[in-house]
Amino acid sequence: MPTTIRKGLNISLKGKAEKVLSKIPISSDYAVKPIDFQGLTPKLTVNEGEQVLAGSPLFVDKYRPDIRFASPVSGTVSHILRGDKRKLLSVTVAPSGEQQYIQHPVKDVKNLLREEVIQQMLASGVWPFLKQRPYGILANPGDNPKAIFISGFSSEPLGPDIDFALTGEGEAFQAGIDALRKLSGTIHLSLNNQVSANSIFRKIKGVETHTFVGPHPAGNVGIQIHHISPISKGEIVWTIEPQHVVSLGRLFLKGIYDVSKVVALVGPEVKKPRYFRIISGANITPLQSYISTSSNLRHISGDVLTGANIGATGHLGFYNTMISVIPEGNYYEFLGWAKPFRMKKYSVSRSYFSWIFPDKEYTLDTNVNGGQRAFVMTGEYEKVLPMDIYPVHLLKAILAGDIDRMEQLGIYEVIEEDLALCEFVCTSKIDVQHILRQGINLMIKEM
Amino acid sequence: MKFLRNILDKIKPAFEKDGRLKMFHATFEAFESFLFVPNSTTKKGVHIRDANDLKHVMTVVIVALLPALLFGMWNVGYQHALATGGTTAFGELFWFGFLKVLPLIVVSYAVGLGIEFIAAQLRGHEVNEGFLVTGMLIPLIMPVDCPLWMVGLATAFAVIIGKEVFGGTGMNIFNPALLARAFVFFAYPSQISGAKVWVAGLGSGEGVIDGFSGATPLAHATAGEFSKIPSFSDLFFGFIPGSIGETSTLAILLGAGILIYTGIGSWKVIVACVAGAIGTGLLCNAIAVNAYMELPVYYHLVMGGFAFGVVFMATDPVSGAQTETGKWIYGFLIGVLAIVIRVFNPGYPEGIMLAILFMNAFAPLIDYYIVEANIKRRLKRAKFSKEEKK
Repeated sequence: MPTTIRKGLNISLKGKAEKVLSKIPISSDYAVKPIDFQGLTPKLTVNEGEQVLAGSPLFVDKYRPDIRFASPVSGTVSHILRGDKRKLLSVTVAPSGEQQYIQHPVKDVKNLLREEVIQQMLASGVWPFLKQRPYGILANPGDNPKAIFISGFSSEPLGPDIDFALTGEGEAFQAGIDALRKLSGTIHLSLNNQVSANSIFRKIKGVETHTFVGPHPAGNVGIQIHHISPISKGEIVWTIEPQHVVSLGRLFLKGIYDVSKVVALVGPEVKKPRYFRIISGANITPLQSYISTSSNLRHISGDVLTGANIGATGHLGFYNTMISVIPEGNYYEFLGWAKPFRMKKYSVSRSYFSWIFPDKEYTLDTNVNGGQRAFVMTGEYEKVLPMDIYPVHLLKAILAGDIDRMEQLGIYEVIEEDLALCEFVCTSKIDVQHILRQGINLMIKEM
Repeated sequence: MKFLRNILDKIKPAFEKDGRLKMFHATFEAFESFLFVPNSTTKKGVHIRDANDLKHVMTVVIVALLPALLFGMWNVGYQHALATGGTTAFGELFWFGFLKVLPLIVVSYAVGLGIEFIAAQLRGHEVNEGFLVTGMLIPLIMPVDCPLWMVGLATAFAVIIGKEVFGGTGMNIFNPALLARAFVFFAYPSQISGAKVWVAGLGSGEGVIDGFSGATPLAHATAGEFSKIPSFSDLFFGFIPGSIGETSTLAILLGAGILIYTGIGSWKVIVACVAGAIGTGLLCNAIAVNAYMELPVYYHLVMGGFAFGVVFMATDPVSGAQTETGKWIYGFLIGVLAIVIRVFNPGYPEGIMLAILFMNAFAPLIDYYIVEANIKRRLKRAKFSKEEKK
């Protein structure tokens, strides 16, 4: 029986990726960014100018040095970028010649013990694929999670077709699942009702499959967890991206750290939205020829609700499988708030007329469309959050710093992406995701 | 509009952090963002934002108030004509009412916005839009002959004590416009109740036609003069004395349509209020130990300020219940209390004002129990999953 998600919102943007896989030249540099990993304190293990192989550790978790973060390519460490207080922002590797991998032993994962799987994952640098809920932070190798959850479809604006991205990766995906089964007895794989008949998902063994039907955020793993087996206090589950399952499988099939993935280049400012095979951390400059020549653009690693602004020459994020390009909205609009017709703008509110054109594809820009205010309107967030949670009350508990209340109101069940739509629809323009992360950080610190 | 933009850009630096006029930053910001939606872009979190903002929401509410306002202006002229036997030409009636009502609106906005600007200035906040609606609501719930100084004083009380001391729009416990009305009601009971204040000119003793009382239908009902209550259609269309905006249920229904359609006013609150009133009214009819209790229940919906209060005051998202389940309870109890006060309390002919203010105070309590139920569900689930493990 499919689970029907009724609350939510599909934001229809221009620039959906055509199901074409194109080749692009190799990038000039590849970066691993500690800021992609929530709650991580990194410790560098390389210096600028050092030679590394694909899979060599660049930095480790300072408090759990077993957790390594590996170079996606072989070459030279070209730049170590630090920010305020010498905070490590990124480690960049310039590739040279043919890709050379660190060779790990090739083993049939089915014959390995749980400990051996964990050791291989830690040593090779694939461990950070696993994220922990609550909090959306790196998984702890010492924990025994209740289950591992995988979302097999994306529902975010212009989200990639995961089915398409995994074409031909059936064997690696199955090997990845087999490895995950050593870590937790239960693997939940959620799909939507549009999985094609020859999808690799149809042949996967060893998972509990669930079907979700409905608008975004139905494809968010957090929403799926809430409906399959919600997280209560003291419980831990892990999550992993489908393409990371493939990379995990490659580790056990071939013994290498191969984090190439199929990435969608999407958005209204992309001339030919399509898919590319890109190695994780790649500089996105080679994609320029597919993007409009306007200088007033925002390049986002990830989707337009949760991604990171990386600029035109930035690097693809560790967990991201899409790059969205939208126009900046740094313009003034004369009496904009008073106009009933703003055909280029989109609103869920019926006080505008976008609801008349449900199929229209919009070119939305980054304008805030107003100023930040206190919470005034009610019931807005609830309409786009398919969870039994009171989001405004939770946010108010966070603003008040009341950790007991945060726990009672369900902070264990949500991370930023789950409340991203609440932030989008917010009339008061409140920074919902930022507030939530502050609350989560407070929980981690205090508990 | 390039011209205007250029001027703003030219003078803007003076109001910024190091400018000469930085103490007027909030004022400048308010005018600038009134003229132009700012060019600010998303910095963290989502990269795109819904087109809707609080200014737009407030604009829609004002549009929803327009039918009641325009009808109210005409009705001021009409009631005056009824009382004095003057002209009944549509244009003249409207113009008479327009001239009577406009000063009230001007005073309400001038006093309220003045205080809002000063408060924003002192706090270093942006000026909030909330008063755009409050400033229109206040004149609409006043009797037309209410002295201007009284309107100004009530507005100041509502904005300062009702809103700013709590932290401004979004933080207030009570609906500010109703607070202004309550202030006038309790502070100046002799000047603003009775039969004389509802029709322009009655108080100052202009020539009145014999037999015209000027009393509102509710006053008749309280006095037990049920035969004097106008016909249902007069009540529904609003050809009756009363506060400026409250008389025409039809005009208010138009506004309700806009609010419900745009989702800005909660239909749950409105439906629950009406259900509460009808339920209580029917109960009264069933028991019916006095004449007021026998009054057909549909009269309650069109008399006095019930419709206006339900549509424009009870639906205020800040002072009402904020959970969806809570809205049903909140609205229902407003309906019940409004009728109970009307029928059983001889001191207050109209109950809706007190009913809403009373439920404003209880809205957080209602929400508390709804949220507490959610917490209990979560705890129960946690226990259950622990037992499962054992």
